[in-house]
Amino acid sequence: MMSGPGSGEAWAIEALGITKSFSRRPVLRNLHLKVAEGSFLTIFGANGSGKTTLIKLLSTIARPETGSIVIAGMDTRENATQVRRHLGVILHQTLLYDDLTVQENLRFYGRMFDVPRLEERIAFVAHRGGLNSRLLHPVRTLSRGLQQRAAICRALLHDPAILLLDEPETGLDRHASLAFWNTLASLKEEGKTIVMTTHNMEWGLNLGDQVAILAEGRIAYQEDKATLSRATFDGIYHRYTEVSP
Amino acid sequence: MLVFALLVIVIFNFAFDVRGEAVALVAPGVLWVTLTFAGVLGFNRAFVLEKDRGCLEGLMLCPIDRGTIYWGKMAASLTFMLVVEAIVLPLFSIFFNLPLFMPSLLLIAFISTVGFAAVGTLFSAIAVHTRAREIMLPLLFFPVVVPVVIAAVEGTGMVLAVAPWASLVPWLQLVVAFDIIFLAVSWLLFEYVLEE
Repeated sequence: MMSGPGSGEAWAIEALGITKSFSRRPVLRNLHLKVAEGSFLTIFGANGSGKTTLIKLLSTIARPETGSIVIAGMDTRENATQVRRHLGVILHQTLLYDDLTVQENLRFYGRMFDVPRLEERIAFVAHRGGLNSRLLHPVRTLSRGLQQRAAICRALLHDPAILLLDEPETGLDRHASLAFWNTLASLKEEGKTIVMTTHNMEWGLNLGDQVAILAEGRIAYQEDKATLSRATFDGIYHRYTEVSP
Repeated sequence: MLVFALLVIVIFNFAFDVRGEAVALVAPGVLWVTLTFAGVLGFNRAFVLEKDRGCLEGLMLCPIDRGTIYWGKMAASLTFMLVVEAIVLPLFSIFFNLPLFMPSLLLIAFISTVGFAAVGTLFSAIAVHTRAREIMLPLLFFPVVVPVVIAAVEGTGMVLAVAPWASLVPWLQLVVAFDIIFLAVSWLLFEYVLEE
């Protein structure tokens, strides 16, 4: 079963009794999820299982119909603005303005987050993301892999403690995937709390401290990865998602 | 927006070949139809850039109140419309041979434009989530701004007819009340509009 935070640690994310529907179709049903500070949780699930909806709820883009979400000790309903300062979010889209350069995008988001010493911070995240030579390029001229790197720079610009990633590997080629993998591994080493949804078993099982399966609108399964083998998890995944192995 | 407004003025000018006192009767309607339709074109673009590239969600992830996004977008739309009006009014004045640069007329133009921007920004945020957004926005926008259009046309007509200030005041009050109500309502509702 899911392990809780040790003594002196805390939950970075607590979602209790979350429900969310679209056009009267329930997507999440009484979902409970807890993520300890500094841990890396990978969430698997079939298409349409509600992974993106869950990330949007956790990131305060959307609000749950029932239940509560507490992030970094703050309720997202009451302190959404403060909660967002603790979150770095990567969605399917880059959330960057196509016609602006990478630098202009980072400046814009940096100002929105009141990032101190912004130019130094932009230089730091661009160096980390391998985008130094592309800072002055309009985003629309970059490849999908480079755009994704720019999206990572955007998400890390304000040095958030918690990262929420929704299928971040989508559309990346092998080289870009490897670079992104290394970035995630180093962020994990830094002690960031990371929640990532993905269909990529290799990514999810190697990077995550914990794995979870979202099925029928609930976290149907959550376990420490250390106790799991790939073969065992494959069987569990297919059982919950009703796909023949 | 600007090109559309100029084209409409030119077309109306040739379509209604009016002279003398008739100009003052027709001109207010032509002016405000032009500005209202041109405004819709601008409002249609207000959120498209953000929506198409997911930047709207980027803004929603920023540590700011959602109402701040509304004020920012409203201010941008208002500025665009005022710039268009600053260019259109002199040309309109030339085409229709009317003295439009009067303080009371400029006041009517400003407060009416605030009303358009207040409503247009809110409905633009609603329409951008729909498939037929270019059609949806006018359907939502025009019925609601009817009071402003009527007040603006009536007010402009009175100014051109050199009517006393007292007769103009009720129309101004109507537009100001509209502005206050719709700015407040739009600001309060914007959070829910963005999320849905």
